[in-house]
Formats: sequence, structure tokens, C-alpha cells
Amino acid sequence: MAMSVTEITQGLAAGEFSSVEVTQDYLARIAQFNPALNCFISVTDELALAQARQADARLAKGEAGALTGVPLAHKDLFCTDGVRTSCASRILDNFIAPYDATVIEHFKLDGAVMLGKTNMDEFAMGSSNENSYYGCVANPWNTEHVPGGSSGGSAAAVAAGLAPGATGTDTGGSIRQPAAFCGVTGIKPTYGRVSRYGMIAFASSLDQGGPFARSAEDCALLLRTMAGFDRRDSTCSEQEVPDYPASIGRGVEGLKIGLPVEYFAEGLDSKLAAVIETAVGELRKLGAEIQDISLPNTGLSIPTYYVVAMAECSSNLSRFDGVRFGYRCEDPVDLEDLYKRSRGEGFGAEVKRRILIGTYALSAGYYDAYYLKAQQLRRMIKEDFQKAFAGVDLILGPTTPGVAFKIGAKTDDPVSMYLQDIYTISLNLAGLPGMSLPVGFVDGLPVGMQLIGNYFDEAGLLNAAHSYQQVTDWHLQSPELKK
Amino acid sequence: MSDWESVIGLEIHAQLATVSKIFSGASTAFGAAPNTQACVVDLGMPGVLPVLNREAVNMAIRFGVAIDAEIDHHSVFARKNYFYPDLPKGYQISQFELPIVGKGRIFISPSEGVTREVGITRAHLEEDAGKSIHDQFPEQTGIDLNRAGTPLLEIVSEPDMRSAKEAVAYARKIHSLVRYLEICDGNMQEGSFRCDANVSVRRKGDQKLGTRAELKNINSFRFLERAINHEIERQIDLIEDGGRVVQETRLYDSERDETRSMRSKEEANDYRYFPDPDLLPVTISDADIARIRAALPELPEQKKQRYVDELELSDYNAELLTSNRDTAIYFETALAAAPQLSAQLANWILGDLTGVLNKTGMEISAAPIAPAMLTQLVARIADNTISGKIAKEVFEAMWQGEGSADEIITARGLKQITDSGEIETLIDEVIAANPEQVAQFRAGKEKVLGFFVGQIMQQSQGKANPGQVNAILREKLKP
Repeated sequence: MAMSVTEITQGLAAGEFSSVEVTQDYLARIAQFNPALNCFISVTDELALAQARQADARLAKGEAGALTGVPLAHKDLFCTDGVRTSCASRILDNFIAPYDATVIEHFKLDGAVMLGKTNMDEFAMGSSNENSYYGCVANPWNTEHVPGGSSGGSAAAVAAGLAPGATGTDTGGSIRQPAAFCGVTGIKPTYGRVSRYGMIAFASSLDQGGPFARSAEDCALLLRTMAGFDRRDSTCSEQEVPDYPASIGRGVEGLKIGLPVEYFAEGLDSKLAAVIETAVGELRKLGAEIQDISLPNTGLSIPTYYVVAMAECSSNLSRFDGVRFGYRCEDPVDLEDLYKRSRGEGFGAEVKRRILIGTYALSAGYYDAYYLKAQQLRRMIKEDFQKAFAGVDLILGPTTPGVAFKIGAKTDDPVSMYLQDIYTISLNLAGLPGMSLPVGFVDGLPVGMQLIGNYFDEAGLLNAAHSYQQVTDWHLQSPELKK
Repeated sequence: MSDWESVIGLEIHAQLATVSKIFSGASTAFGAAPNTQACVVDLGMPGVLPVLNREAVNMAIRFGVAIDAEIDHHSVFARKNYFYPDLPKGYQISQFELPIVGKGRIFISPSEGVTREVGITRAHLEEDAGKSIHDQFPEQTGIDLNRAGTPLLEIVSEPDMRSAKEAVAYARKIHSLVRYLEICDGNMQEGSFRCDANVSVRRKGDQKLGTRAELKNINSFRFLERAINHEIERQIDLIEDGGRVVQETRLYDSERDETRSMRSKEEANDYRYFPDPDLLPVTISDADIARIRAALPELPEQKKQRYVDELELSDYNAELLTSNRDTAIYFETALAAAPQLSAQLANWILGDLTGVLNKTGMEISAAPIAPAMLTQLVARIADNTISGKIAKEVFEAMWQGEGSADEIITARGLKQITDSGEIETLIDEVIAANPEQVAQFRAGKEKVLGFFVGQIMQQSQGKANPGQVNAILREKLKP
């Protein structure tokens, strides 16, 4: 099976099947394949079927929204009222969110069905999904390999056909990198496009929610529902949300696409580079004008990112203290013991590492050298992009330096793990939108191509990706699953 | 003691009188059941975000405009990171660099005829924490987050004060100002207005500041004065005994009247301030400032000047009447019906009324004698219906709730005797009954006149007009 979101909405509208039927199908597939893949932390079958019944009633009355009846999966850091929201952390293993994130609210209003909550790196910190309290997700294309992270569960669920679409969040590449590793399409919108309210924060100035799906067309549908102004998020943009599905059929004739020379330099797997070059060739055939550009400060993005993101997370994660919700250690002897053991036992190793680094970077005497310096570099990285967009409409490159690596291959080397994000994190620092779409395979594993757009040009990204997907079928490939 | 100079600066936390909290829509009302006024944002739930209540910013600007402060067009909220059970997020949203209100100043009069300028370093917005409740659950601490997220304006002074008395005058001045501006209810018992004092001592003539201690937990002006004096003494004794002052926070214990060390600088937190990425910088336009300036009420200084210039009150009385907003409101309400009686009304308010208020510990706004009642009383003195002495009796009766001045005068038959025939009869009787004293007076003993006046007033039960009594008596006693 492996239907697209678009196919499901059409089928529901035409009465070919009901939401309950399609939801049951997905729940059955989850029951069948999730044990091996571990995409879901929670499967909300009963809730899903109840929502599906409501959706069918809405469809019957002719009051359907764009996604009424479509089953979706949500990354387990979007708060869902009455449903466990764990952030893949022991510290929130018992946490039932008392409210819905804005994104969840949007989907509910639109009538979408929630299948469950997907696995991820703990607190969205990781590039392989190996940092989950609930265990690693397996890559559906080769279960010995990682699905990428941090939104690995969502990407793998879409790739495996356990959900037609899913939500993710992207702080340094956490939508685009797993999309690339799992061979699906994912978009990280402009910072401020999608409300962060109810999205458990990793790094507030970088986090942004976005969808995964099997095509750019589906992503357009999902993003239209997710995006929009929210007065509960002060950093959310008031800019009107374009009708993305209506703006993707424009083609790429005359579109100026820049290839940053820094993204095709040392560190990029040569077989992967060849796949990207083939894809560039397709776009050229469609009329796009390809040119080389330079983003000279690309090399600064990793150190800059790891100061900014860790500083912010060290503060954001202070609220997990064992006092009001979440994990509390057994029999604390005093307040300090309560704090130390609740956090010590509740957080995993990578989360602790990042809290420590961030705390250090913000400490008296180091603030100027780290945090302030990182803010300056952040401006330089942003200026690189602004200069580039003066000459091109889109920027194109690989999403990752290589294809999905083996589970355990990089767990002892955090820096090598951090380098996974070399092409993705500068967008988060600049606040720009970017997406990854499948463009081929290396050694049987998918290759993702990244498109980078100017601020709020999600429509431009989706249009270019859609044009490419109209003439290729990489996005239609499905892995063979073992039970 | 005289070799030493004390240096004092105050940090005042004024709780802003907004309807809802600074970063959430929950109510700020005092006294609700624990945790009933804390929404998911106040509880620091995962995923929630702060949204600035612009009214808090406007109130801060109002304060800034009133103290003639610099107000930047760009202000930033920062996170102050530390762990405490009643601090839900593990950080307090405050301001570090770029506070709303920059340098300003205020004038105080620590004693009659003395004016001093006190510099205000800055005033910034921040959210309050919740409360830890230690005395209700055995072996456990309760947390009440109703107060969490209540807006505070932290007003930081320069170390410009040299005595506890000056510090209290400054604190009272700020207290008066925030109430005039209607940005804070000033209730110290409920914690709406809190003073922390930084106190150090140095030998007179020294330029370098001594090591300071910060005094906390002071909930009245009386305690502020006592705590500071105590701390000054403690520091001087310490140094004179060969010790040295350590930088620390000390809690004032009003029951024992002493300060106790709470934490020293060595144990102090590194707050790791950084700009809060969840909040955009606040932009304040010139138009915002102009609009707020135009809407400012008449401030104590201006009011005082007006009382001196237009009502011809003394500088001192004008200062006393305006130092408390409610007193000024009382005065102006009373004055409205009898504008010619300003001096008399001022005297009654600052004399008898203030006396009885102080004695009973009552606020002027709750006084049983309404402003219009006092006006009537003063008017009855002015039109000679009663004497000033009788008026005190009427005042006392009004305080006891016996009715208005006119009702009491009628009921008690206190109307002054101004009929000269009646007065003459009284005088004749007294003269006839005291021939000895008449002789003494006529022999030149002027003092005896007082005796006659006393007798006549007694006979008239105080109702005879004293002026007339004096004049007729002198005439009749002429040899």
C-alpha cells in the first residue's frame, strides 16, 4: 500500500474508503512492522479510531477540512492533550500533556487523525535516533542502519508506510537529515512560520516544526495546515500563509539555482556527490539555470551552532527538575539530592553532555568568548545567505555528507556525529527554510538533496521539489519490510 | 560612631497592578486558593511560551517618565538561571542589559527644610516567583505558584543615601510615586512593595566603598529603618573589633530585631544571564513615550508646588499633604466644597485627623469622617457657629459615628453664644461672684483675666464666643 496524503484525501472525498478503514489499515501496518522498526513510542489506536469516526461524520456532512480523516503521526515532542508526551526521555516517561500544541490543534481543527507519537532522539538531541530512552529506530531500507535524527521515528514511519505523513522538528537538520536517510520528503520552514507553542523546546531560537511525507505535494498540504500566526508564540510570524498546494505547479523554467562550492568540497561522499549531480542535471533539463555560489562561512556553522543550541538547551531543560511533573528520584534526602538525582537519572548521556557544555558557555567569564562570539558568527552566516540570494532564487546541495550509517558506528565520537549536520545547521542559524527530497541511492540507501529558499519562500521550495518529482520516481520507491 | 559614614542603596520591587500576569493571561489577584491562579505557562509546563503583557511595559515607562529617566527604544528580556522549587522554569525572566528604564533621579526630604537628590540607576521588569510554604505539611514543603509570573518593577537606586532615615525617606518617596502613578497598590504586608537594602560603612573621608551586605525580608518602613541602623552598628562594631565585613545576604528578623546571614557570595549563584530567545526585543517608540507622558497624573512634586503657589500653604504642609496620594485625594475632595478654607482644612487633616489615624492604625481612605464631613466642621468654625475648642468635641463625635457636624451641634446644643446680651449676663454673674479677683485685676494683675474667661466659658459650657467674651469682659472690668 503506501498511499500518499493526496491520494487519501481524494479517496475519502470520493467515498472510495472511510477514514476508519484507512486508519485501521495504518494501525494494522504499525502492529505488523513497528516491533522491528520502533518508529512509535505510543500508538493511540483508540483515540485514532474515535477521531476517524468523527472525521467520517464530518465527511458525510460535507463539512470536511483539507485533511479530514487523514491519519498522521506526530513527533513525541508536540504536546498532545491527555496523551503521553515523552520527548523520548525517561524524565518525561510518565508525562501526560495537559494541553495541545498549536500544531496539534491545527490538525485537530482540520479533522486529521492521530495514529500515535513517534520516536526521536531524546529532547531532539541527536542525528541518529540512538539517543532515545525507548531505543533506536531502524532504517526501513536497512534495519542495521540508523534512520537519522532527531525526528527518526517520523521519517522512518513515512518511509515504511506506517503513516502517510508525519510531523517533525528541525533545530539543526532534524527533519531534513532523517528525510534524506529514509528516502522521504521533508521541509523545515522559515523560523516563525510554524508556531512553537507546545513543542517541547530544545533550542528556542533554532527550533522549527515541519512535515514529512512521500512527496512535495503532500508536504504542501500538511504545511498549509501546520503554519500560521499564533499569538501564544511571540516569535511566530504574522505573514499570511500562502496556499502551498496551489503554488506548486509553476515549473522551474528560468529558476536560478546556486550550488555552494563549500557543500561539494572535502567531506562529501563521492558516490553521493554523483547522485546529486545527476539530480542537478534533471533540474537543468527542466530549464533551471544552475550556477556556482559561495557561502564562505559554512565552516563556522558547526561551532556556532553547538554554542547557541547548547546554551539555550541548558536553560530550556532546567524546568525538568522533578518538582512539578515528570520523573522524580526515589526518596530524596533533601532538595539538592532531589534535583541531582532526578535530573541525573532522568536525562540520558547526550542531553547531559549538552546541558554541561551550554552551562559552561553561559558562565561568568566565558559568556563573551562563547555565546556573544557565536551570536556574531551567526550574523555572518546569515549575511552569507543574504548575499547569495541577491543572485539566485534557490540554493541546492546534498542534505548530508553520506548516506545512513550503521547503528553504533558513531556513538563513541560525538564530534563525528555533529558533523552529520554540516549542510543543514547553517539554515537554522540563519532562520531560512530548507527541504530534503530523495534523489537516488548509494549502496541501497537513499540519498537526500537539500533545497534552500529565501525567507518565507516555502512555496518556491515546494514548487521546485514538485517539478523534480514530476519527472523522477525516487520518491515513489518503498523499502521491502520484514515483519 | 561619628568617624563612620554609612552608604546605602535600595532595591525596591514594586508589584505592578496589571490585571493579568506579565507573560500569561492568568489573574494577578492576591489571596486565591493555592495554585488556582497558575496556568500552564505559569507552571512552566513543557512546551509553553511567554507572551509579554504590554501593559506592564507601559507601567514601567510611566515610572520612567515620572523620574525623568532615560528610556531606550529597545529593551531586552533575559533569563536569570537558578534552581528553586518555587521558580517553575528554572529561570526567571528578567532584564539584564537594556532595561526599560535607565538613569533617573528623585528628590527626597529626610527632614523639614532638607532636600536631597537620589540617583536611580535603572528600573527593569521581571516576573515574580511563587511561594514555598514550609509550615503546613510536616517534613514537606508546599509550593503555591499563584504569584509566579506576577509583574515586578525592580527599582535600583544609586548608593546615594547616608543614613537609615534617608533610606526610609527615599523608600517612602518611591512608594508614594508608584501609588500616584497607579502602577502599584503599595501594600507592604501582602508583599506588593518590597525593599532590599545594600548597606556598607566606611571611615569619613574615604572614597572607596566598604564591603556591603544586602538586607532582605523587610516589610515595613519602620523595620527598614531599624534593620539598616542595626546593620550599620553591626558592621562598625565588627570592623572596630578587628574583623571585616563579608559580602553576603542577610535576612531581617523583625521579632528579634536583628539580621542573620542567609548566604555568602562564595555560595552565590552564577545566574548565566542571556537574552530570552522566546521573546522579541521590546520596541518603544517616541510616540509611546509621549502618549504615556501626556496621560501622567499630577505628580507629588507638581501638586506640592501648586498647593504652595495657589493655595498658599506652607512648604511643609504642602509636602505632608502630598506625600501620600490618599491624603492628597482626601484634602482635595474636602477642599472642593470650600476652596477658601485650604489652610484650616490642611491643619485639621495634618493635625487631629492624622493623629487619630496614627493612633488607630487606620488608612485615611477608610476614615469614618468623610472629606465632606470635615469640610462642614471647618466651615462651622469659620462662620462662628462653634469655637475651635467645641470643634474638637464635634470631631471626636463624628469619629465615633454620631453623624455630621451639623447634626452633632444641634443634638448636643453646641451652637456658640454670640448674643452679646446673653454674654453680658454671664459676665455680670461671674464678676459679681468673684469680687476678690476683680480687685486683683484692677490692681494690675492682668493674668486674672484668664480666670474670668475660664469661668465664663465653663458657665456657658464652652459655647460663648471667646472673642466677644474677651472684649466685653475687658470693658466691664475697667476700673
